[in-house]
Amino acid sequence: MSAADHTSHRRGWLKGALASLGAIALSGCEQITNSPTVLKALESAEGLTRRAQRLILSPGQLAPEYAERDISPVFKANGSTDPQDEAYLTHVANGFQDWRLKIDGLVAHPMTLSLADLRARPARTQITRHDCVEGWSCIGKWTGAPLADLIREAGLKPDAKYLVFHCMDTLGGSADSPDHEASRYYESIALADVFHPQSLLAYEMNGQPLGVPHGAPLRLRVERHLGYKQAKYIERIEAVASLDKLHGGKGGYWPDRGYEWYAGI
Amino acid sequence: MSTSDPGAPPLKIYRHTLLTRITHAFNALSLLVLLLSGLNIFMAEPALFVGQAVRWDQPVLQISALRTADDRLIGATTIGGHRFITTGLLGVSNDAMGQPQNRTWPRWLTLPVYRDLATARRWHFFFAWLLVINGAAYLAWNTWKRHIQNDLWPTRADLAAIPRSVIDHLLLRHPVGWEATRYNVLQKLAYLAVIVVLVPGMVLTGLTMSPGMDAALPVLPWAFGGRQTARTIHFIFAWSLVAFFIIHMVEMVLAGPLNEIGSILTGWYRVPQAHKPAKVSEADQ
Repeated sequence: MSAADHTSHRRGWLKGALASLGAIALSGCEQITNSPTVLKALESAEGLTRRAQRLILSPGQLAPEYAERDISPVFKANGSTDPQDEAYLTHVANGFQDWRLKIDGLVAHPMTLSLADLRARPARTQITRHDCVEGWSCIGKWTGAPLADLIREAGLKPDAKYLVFHCMDTLGGSADSPDHEASRYYESIALADVFHPQSLLAYEMNGQPLGVPHGAPLRLRVERHLGYKQAKYIERIEAVASLDKLHGGKGGYWPDRGYEWYAGI
Repeated sequence: MSTSDPGAPPLKIYRHTLLTRITHAFNALSLLVLLLSGLNIFMAEPALFVGQAVRWDQPVLQISALRTADDRLIGATTIGGHRFITTGLLGVSNDAMGQPQNRTWPRWLTLPVYRDLATARRWHFFFAWLLVINGAAYLAWNTWKRHIQNDLWPTRADLAAIPRSVIDHLLLRHPVGWEATRYNVLQKLAYLAVIVVLVPGMVLTGLTMSPGMDAALPVLPWAFGGRQTARTIHFIFAWSLVAFFIIHMVEMVLAGPLNEIGSILTGWYRVPQAHKPAKVSEADQ
């Protein structure tokens, strides 16, 4: 073996040693980062964030609103953008003529409304910024029925704490798989957001009927929250006392998959 | 020269209070976790924009993976319209099996090592709270005790000495004796930049990305020129902190790593003694 061979051999060994040290460090880190106890501890910050924001946010405080000229020329559609669920496709085919919104659960007067019923109600229009959890934002104009009026009309029972939005789309699961229902989209909000003036059941976007990519015929707008709270393709609103019994128990499709239920951050 | 000579610097000084040492440790840990989890979060939208909303065709910076005709992956980084090939580091790097993968950052730069926005956010916000509580304790205590005003705020004489200090740093000249018991002007300015500009700026631009905070404090998105601009500043400040960290480590090694690490752990700093000048001055007298 020549000196050069030795050197390159040594270098190879050093490289290998460094790489394996790195791998050990990484796997050590992975043991910590994958530990359920650690992840549970990290989740405690969500309660702190929620309480801190609720403390400084007065109930009626509005999310910033923008001018017509600020509307994004390209508003990205994310999550489900073209649901293939059979019932939904039927509604699309006949222009949502037979679609009805149900409001039930812990309410005094359950309601069933058609799109025409919703459009006949007093409306609110707002130009707001949609903030995706991924980091991007788009500005759009939303027109819809204020949620507060509808829920006052339905009359919440005293033990109702949340509204759950049941959607017609399934995300990430194929329509014929056995766990199809497990991938059905849903979201939920607290009463503080139910009675917020900007909380809308939107049926129009940028002056046009809501398109399929953005949640036709009806989507939620809760402007002080991230995009995944803005449930699309809504067919039922249920008032509940607890979120534990629904799907994964965390109150939403993405919260069941590790995202914060409180989406103000 | 006797030990009672008032002209000689002490052998050891108590440089860092207990609170400074504890907050320094938590600060270092928080910033490391925030950087690595922040880079994982960035992978969900590996581009930067200015304004409130994104203009998809006008990214300030974009890191992406391209597939060639012969099915190879190429990492590309675009800054202000100029594209650089960054395969191996940005855009495309190897997975655990050594296979090229579409990844904004290499595995060793993200927490968790795999792409996971939900978990990265959990890490990020937990340590963001730790950083804020820790930083508030540091700032409140050290303003109250006038440590920041007395030891970090540059004096007029300090500012006049900037050119000399720049030369000293470039020549790797380190102070000895009394000089070593106080921070030099560049050091003061660097620490102040971190304490007053970069870390508070990280917190404020971070809060600006929160839709709840923008409703509570509409001045935030206004002050930073929009949510997307705030995100861009957040990114630039993060890498500025990395740059500070690298210089901080280089200076620590040059100034005597054992003494420096010892002082940030125990508080006690051994003052580098000037051998020759002491003798010269004796001879002169």
